[in-house]
Amino acid sequence: MARALGRFVIRQPLGAAGAVIVLAMILVALFAPALAPHGPKETGFAPYLAPGAEFPMGTDQVGRDVLSRVIWGARLSLQIGLFSVVFGITLGSLWGATTAYFGGVWDSGSQRIVDSLMALPPIILALSLMAALGQSITNVILALTILLTPTAARTVRSVALGVVAAPYVEAARAAGCSHARIIARHLIPNCLASYIVLFTTNVSYAIVVEASLSFIGAGAPPDEPSWGGMLTAGVQALETAPWMVFFPGLAISLAVFALNLLGDSIRDLTDPRLRGGLG
Amino acid sequence: MRRYVLRRLLLFVPTLFGASLLVFILLRLVPGDIAEILVYQTGSESSTVQKKQIQQIRAELGLDRPVLVQYGHWMWDALRGDFGQSYSQRRPVSAILAERFPRSMELATLTLFLAVIWAVPLGVVSAVRQNSWVDYLARIVSLSGLSLPLFVTGALILWLLVRFFRWIPPLEFVPFTENPLENLKQLIWPALCQAYYISAPITRLTRSQMLEVIRHDYVRTARAKGLAERAVVYRHALKNALLPVVTFVGWWGGRLLGGLVIMEIIFVVPGMGTSLVQAVSQRDYPTVQAFIFVMAVVFLLVNLAVDLLYAWLDPRIRYT
Repeated sequence: MARALGRFVIRQPLGAAGAVIVLAMILVALFAPALAPHGPKETGFAPYLAPGAEFPMGTDQVGRDVLSRVIWGARLSLQIGLFSVVFGITLGSLWGATTAYFGGVWDSGSQRIVDSLMALPPIILALSLMAALGQSITNVILALTILLTPTAARTVRSVALGVVAAPYVEAARAAGCSHARIIARHLIPNCLASYIVLFTTNVSYAIVVEASLSFIGAGAPPDEPSWGGMLTAGVQALETAPWMVFFPGLAISLAVFALNLLGDSIRDLTDPRLRGGLG
Repeated sequence: MRRYVLRRLLLFVPTLFGASLLVFILLRLVPGDIAEILVYQTGSESSTVQKKQIQQIRAELGLDRPVLVQYGHWMWDALRGDFGQSYSQRRPVSAILAERFPRSMELATLTLFLAVIWAVPLGVVSAVRQNSWVDYLARIVSLSGLSLPLFVTGALILWLLVRFFRWIPPLEFVPFTENPLENLKQLIWPALCQAYYISAPITRLTRSQMLEVIRHDYVRTARAKGLAERAVVYRHALKNALLPVVTFVGWWGGRLLGGLVIMEIIFVVPGMGTSLVQAVSQRDYPTVQAFIFVMAVVFLLVNLAVDLLYAWLDPRIRYT
């Protein structure tokens, strides 16, 4: 274990750096209640206070402690990112893998649904979904899940098509395996690499899209400590209170950057063609 | 070849049908409609009068009919090129489209152009020097483009321009045909922001494709016969590595029309995105429907064009 870890650090130094930051973010998210000096929705301080001894990151437009909100924001962003990706990518992968396996009308029919979903501009789809469902954190997760599902279905389907055509699947079928067994024992394990890559690369995407949704007024409710919501309020007060953009901006870019570094390295590791140096 | 194009065009039908039906139903699920918005905005009458007015407007617009009937009517008109009247702007949707479509198209083209001329060379350098500090630097620079939400990058750029150059990009849109310079002064900033954002996946793909191609035998042969490294990289390797990049860029390009929303809002570009967001919030169904429809058509056409281009670039691929 320790040795494998050491090899990862040497082979993928950028990925290892990303992993450390992601780990730190997870810890901050887990221990948010203990780390944050104030409640994330606690008001009553003077608004627009510049960073100082009492409020290291200043206060926002209604007098909330920015530091506490940034810390709680880590929890919220991770929650939104992880849940939507777990649901969206898993659902999409299962969808793509099974339709590729059964083929025929199933496959072409589901491909049309995937096409239809993908032909819709993602931000607009999410905006309409949020307008229809109402603003809440659960609905943000739901909207992001719907955005992520078709992408995963398309990607995993193309991988699964290759697996289904492989001789070992044919052999399994000839040996009399049931569909369920082939799917569980052969298909899914062989699609796992692309699942992992999809997973790691889309958590950061979900976090950024959530922020963009906040900006067009379709994100988490404004009093929730979401980094996107804080940035939206901050952008409007850029002249008077630049710290309202700076600190949440730093938090989100650090998190997204680290997640991407980690995702990229995992992608490289799962792709044997990219290993090693130049030939 | 002709059969392939024909089949692809036929596949447009279910996709467009599905996409428009999806939006249609989704919009009807959004609470409130234009009748309520109009009446509650202006009205000071009693609630019974208001209710009557709402009913009347709904009947006029046909909103009191079953959703599927409404959809049928909309589709039938749309197929004949009639997208109806905008509820909020009270003019034909096609007029709004004709005005906004070229603007967003221009912005999308500019964005894509900037993204490619920046991302592809970066990917090549990163691959040729794999695991060197140049590679790491290139990857860090390109990934950092993804790290801030676009609206923050845009706002920061505006702020920096004002702060350090005491200059703000024009807030009034001027068509390129009228005054190219003034037009670019406004559009170059959103294009740069968006390009930086979408360049990261292009760089990554270019890099991984180059890494793969560069290990092929013909690249070794090219080196062995004494070609300059430059010629090997650009003439032999890059040409082949770029094939999947073309597909990917095309895919992004097709989606860009609807992806420019945030940039259009920040830099006050009166394009399709801003119009669409407004239309959704005003429950202006005909405008939303038509805009989404056009965006979906562009997406599908670009994808088809890319696939055809692919076959032309790579003689090994032949569609039958």
